[in-house]
Amino acid sequence: MGKLDKFIEVGRVAFIANGKDSGKVCAIAEIIDQNRVLIDGPCSGVRRQVCDMKRLHLTRFCIDLPHSARTAVVRRKWTAAKLDEKWKETSWAKKLEARRLRTNMSDFDRFKLARAKQIRNSIIALAAGKIRKEAKAKPNALRFRKPNKKRHIKKE
Amino acid sequence: LQQMAKSSAPHKPKNSAINASRLMKYSRARIFQRKAAYKVKKVKTPAKKSAEKAAAAAAFVVKKIGGDKNGGERKVYKKTPKSLPTQVASRKVQLRPKKTFKKHVRRIRSNLAPGAVLILLAGRHKGKRVVLLKQLESGLLLVTGPRKLNGCPLRRVSQRYVIGTKTRIDISKVALPERLNDAYFRRQRSAKKSAASAGGSADIFAKSDAAYAVSAERREDQAAVDKALMGAIKASGDGPMLRSYLRSLFSIKSGQRPHAMVF
Repeated sequence: MGKLDKFIEVGRVAFIANGKDSGKVCAIAEIIDQNRVLIDGPCSGVRRQVCDMKRLHLTRFCIDLPHSARTAVVRRKWTAAKLDEKWKETSWAKKLEARRLRTNMSDFDRFKLARAKQIRNSIIALAAGKIRKEAKAKPNALRFRKPNKKRHIKKE
Repeated sequence: LQQMAKSSAPHKPKNSAINASRLMKYSRARIFQRKAAYKVKKVKTPAKKSAEKAAAAAAFVVKKIGGDKNGGERKVYKKTPKSLPTQVASRKVQLRPKKTFKKHVRRIRSNLAPGAVLILLAGRHKGKRVVLLKQLESGLLLVTGPRKLNGCPLRRVSQRYVIGTKTRIDISKVALPERLNDAYFRRQRSAKKSAASAGGSADIFAKSDAAYAVSAERREDQAAVDKALMGAIKASGDGPMLRSYLRSLFSIKSGQRPHAMVF
């Protein structure tokens, strides 16, 4: 059970998780009954329609919408709130985008990625090797000491 | 009749089809009347039977025989066939007759265009990434490594054993030699072996063909195409990466699902 901080309410921006328009965000324009809401996403290509609450994953964004606001109003409020940008900046959206890029990689892209990883790993390995070498040069007593441990220094 | 033909205006057919159907306006009998065909005298053309035709039609063949005092020739009657058909063999109308291989429609997958990088899935060069040059008349694809990069020569390959990737190289400036066609790549059977098989007398276990040797024209064509292709690869955006890509081999790694992958 997560925090009960996001509510289904008029103006709540929700992410459609499955079915048609999956992957898009929309605003809740009206609550119909316990299970269904009226959603509308004019700026994200979601037609005004009835949607089951179970399909929606709520975001932390909420716009100031009067209930049953028509599409033009939703569009106005959405652009005023700059929701497109705000959504893109969330790590949720970024993760989705990264996943999308990964699945749409062509064979050549996969090769380039593998090659880039290899180069990065060789740089890391080189640097790690250097550190290991320097550590080996240190005397044993100093090598295995915890660097920030509080030591009792005898008063002499 | 000839005079009439000369003086008449452009020919207007006397009969016509009704409403674009197969039915004609006038029946055969009616047209006979309308054209006054009863006036036309039938001219019997003399039969132009050549001597050979006459001989073929005859029931016997005249053959010369040796020896004297025996007439010098004999009439050899043609043998009647052992069985004669009692009915006319009905010919099934071939609405869609069998097409010879040459006439088959050659299709090509939409994602395979000249310049596409392909992954070979079978054969000697399996796993290699090669460049598609064109589709030959037989439907097979003409590919090359380039040989400099991965050792795959100018070669024919079936579409079925190939994955077409999205990667494209612009080969519009690559001029392919004219002689690269199916006959060029056809497997050469040594003459001796074919003669032996026809005769049936030679030793069938004799290895008559020597090891395959690359012909001079193959080398020439390979060098020319490779040069042009390497130029095209260099000119394309990802030049160095593309080169090492074509050198590498394709394999499925753990966790990769080919049906879910985009190539």
